[in-house]
Amino acid sequence: MAELIPTIIAKYNYWIYITLMMIGLYAMIAKNNLVKKILGMSIFQTAIILFYVSIGVKKGATIPILEGVHGHGAAHQAVHAADYVNPLPHVLMLTAIVVGVATLGVALALAIRVYNRYNTLEEDEILAQIRKK
Amino acid sequence: MKIIGLIITIMTGGFLVYAAGDFPAWSDPSSPASTYLSPYYIEKAIEETSVPNIVTAVLADYRGFDTMFEATVIFSAGLVCFILLRIMGRKEPETRHYRHVLTGVTVTIKEGRKIPASEEFERIDDLWTPPELIIKTACRVLIPFLQLFGLYVIAHGHYSPGGGFQGGVILGASIILLAISHDLRTATERMREKVVAILCPVGVAIYAGTGALCLLLGANFLDYGALASVLHVDPITARSHGILMVEIGVGIAVMTTMIWIYNNISSAGKYNQGL
Amino acid sequence: MSQQYPALLVIVPLLSAFAISIAGWMNKRLCFPIAVTALGVAAYSSIGLLFRVMDEGVIVYKLGGWAPPMGIAYYIDHLNAIVLVVVTIVAFLNVISAKKSIEQEFPEKAAPFYALYVLMVTGLLGIVVTGDAFNLYVLLEIAALTGYGLLAMGEERAPLSTLNYLYMGTIGACFYLLGVGYLYIVTGSLNMVDIARLLPPLYQSKAVLAAFIICMVGVWLKMAFFPLHAWLPNAYTHATSSASSLIAPLVTKVMVYVMIRLMLTIFTPEFVFATLALQNIVVWLAVIAIVMGAILALAERNLKKMLAFIIVAEVGYMVGGVWLGNRAGMTGAILHIVNDALMTLCVFLVVGNIVYKVKGYAFEDLQGLFRKMPFTMGAFVVGAMSIIGVPPTCGFFSKWYLILGGLQAGHYGFVAALIFSSLVSVVLFFRIFEICYYEPFSDHHGHDHPPQPMAEAPPLMVVPLLIVAVILILVGLYTGDIVNHIIKFAIPEGLV
Repeated sequence: MAELIPTIIAKYNYWIYITLMMIGLYAMIAKNNLVKKILGMSIFQTAIILFYVSIGVKKGATIPILEGVHGHGAAHQAVHAADYVNPLPHVLMLTAIVVGVATLGVALALAIRVYNRYNTLEEDEILAQIRKK
Repeated sequence: MKIIGLIITIMTGGFLVYAAGDFPAWSDPSSPASTYLSPYYIEKAIEETSVPNIVTAVLADYRGFDTMFEATVIFSAGLVCFILLRIMGRKEPETRHYRHVLTGVTVTIKEGRKIPASEEFERIDDLWTPPELIIKTACRVLIPFLQLFGLYVIAHGHYSPGGGFQGGVILGASIILLAISHDLRTATERMREKVVAILCPVGVAIYAGTGALCLLLGANFLDYGALASVLHVDPITARSHGILMVEIGVGIAVMTTMIWIYNNISSAGKYNQGL
Repeated sequence: MSQQYPALLVIVPLLSAFAISIAGWMNKRLCFPIAVTALGVAAYSSIGLLFRVMDEGVIVYKLGGWAPPMGIAYYIDHLNAIVLVVVTIVAFLNVISAKKSIEQEFPEKAAPFYALYVLMVTGLLGIVVTGDAFNLYVLLEIAALTGYGLLAMGEERAPLSTLNYLYMGTIGACFYLLGVGYLYIVTGSLNMVDIARLLPPLYQSKAVLAAFIICMVGVWLKMAFFPLHAWLPNAYTHATSSASSLIAPLVTKVMVYVMIRLMLTIFTPEFVFATLALQNIVVWLAVIAIVMGAILALAERNLKKMLAFIIVAEVGYMVGGVWLGNRAGMTGAILHIVNDALMTLCVFLVVGNIVYKVKGYAFEDLQGLFRKMPFTMGAFVVGAMSIIGVPPTCGFFSKWYLILGGLQAGHYGFVAALIFSSLVSVVLFFRIFEICYYEPFSDHHGHDHPPQPMAEAPPLMVVPLLIVAVILILVGLYTGDIVNHIIKFAIPEGLV
């Protein structure tokens, strides 16, 4: 058991993302209000973004932008990969953030349509109205 | 439902915790993700694309195809909000409220008749709050600077954190600020619905069109080196210019989509009044 | 230009979607011709690609000129090519037939509808043709978002059903993304072939097993595999007919393709079929899916929901066939992707025609249709025979391969479920034939009801339907060629 503790501390980013993701998942399944479910979905997606970005970190490295460099022809010092953070997760997560925003927009538009029809956003009331028909 | 949710959540969480046992530790410089593919991007980005911001180089050149579809995602979200919410065509005769500026008297006019535009009567929404002079003036002064900053973020994406998406959001936010601080009608007069709805696909079409131009010039899709013959520079600088062109396209698309989605959602499709 | 077919396949629909949405604000009448032309060009490119693949083998197309794994690459092999042809042909025939029903139901939103339609087809084509795991996620989201928009244009209950679909679909796509993240964290690459090269030393690690299971659960959520199928019946029933006849045939089958791609290319069959326990669980879940889909379809009193439950059962066929782990089962599943897309298109186009003329799809509305709409019902008979599995329609042959696979693997439960669902389909469809054949009861003191005049749907809706019915029979007759020249090469050699 004692040898697990350093492992647990070394990987703390993964426990954080798992906790956030489970909060989001629970909100999507168990909450009644449609907007709370949409917010849970947003938390869920954000947790995955956090996971990806935390993959790319390197100890003692800086952001992946080269300083004081113009153009490609002039001779400049060689670039060491260990000095810069992994850029690929950042690129992937730009896409994922945009996709998350788009899904949020569509979900809210659908919620507005549901509200216009049923005049409530609570799922049990909506189901009761449907069953009464 | 809560019990089922709790059980599913705990089981999934437990499974994920179990799977994380094999992961590399946090910020380990020798993890497979940091040693396999990314050193190539970091070391070669400036030589091959002449762009110091490695994230922009990877986003718009190496993985530019992904970014084109990302812009398409945001466009289709705007289109979905439009098709779901927008009420077009038949307009019921609406009730308008006018306020006499000098005395504060409110006049309600029904059945679609209106008072012609004049200095003494201003049109107000159903839920009206007193005019906040400070907020309105401050926002009116601030918005041009916001837009300038947004353009800077798009254009300077090569050398500092930034790029099409970030700048596009700032530009979109400037118009939404106008809609929030004044009212929706002012913003839609500045940027009409038809302009917004046409600029959105134009923005993404600039991206896809640049790629198609490369296709027509003989190279593969989105191979910006082919633009060297059109722009009269060497192929590597042509890549940098190609990246700038697609970032501009993305910026336009994102700006117009943000405005479009805000307009549709805040007015629930009716476009007569916002928040 | 034929070198650029892989790019043209996706770019032409994409650019024309933009053209449609711009044209919608200026001249509405251009939208339909642009959509038809774009999908026609895509269909032509996909058929050209299929013949190129049959000649040359795997085609690799580097986007942006960067070699993989630095850039994104398209890999087109036999499995890809045939699914591409199916997707483009289904989309093309459906858009021709959709024009009339769009004009009837929401004419003022025709332009954004066509734009979303073409964007959805772009997304589906991109999913099938790509060779990069993250690119697949982005295209998955394009197909999903446009699908939500299309499905929510429908009856009153459509937005709520679509919202429930949105929740489950987003969880599915996020799980897929998480699985790709796990693969990235242990290999460092995103390209499918590259990951497959880097994975074998890592097969014992927990992360790879977790990545596989998470990706699978995500894909199962999106294809409505039991027990994650709850969103499908409502979402497909309440949608407008032109949207449901695009989405119902295609989305679940493309997700089955993604599952096969994950199992055969990224996680090779040695890894997937190594643990017998997992295989058995999945095949038994498929058995339950088939049985449950059939029984719930029996309980329904309207045509569209019954067909939606049949889709749930069909997904069970395909997943069970793939997870049997032998060549016959895999052949049956891949053949069933092709056949089921065509069969589902046929029956959903029939429902579209019925809704156009009769304005309803409950069983009570279907009386006397054999006389009123003979061509539509003729095609419905062909489609029904195919779903039941009667030769020479294509449905028989894919069921035959699936049964062979089940017998070979010794999984008699699966074989029994297949036969049971065929028998239930007989009951389902002959019940409808009976309702449609007899006229409504006359109540004029025993006078004979004058025969109902023929009130067929317009030719723009009937001709694509008849073409699909003919294709169903042709694909059935040419099954041997399809299996021997295409599907045989899609499955890796090692699978017996």
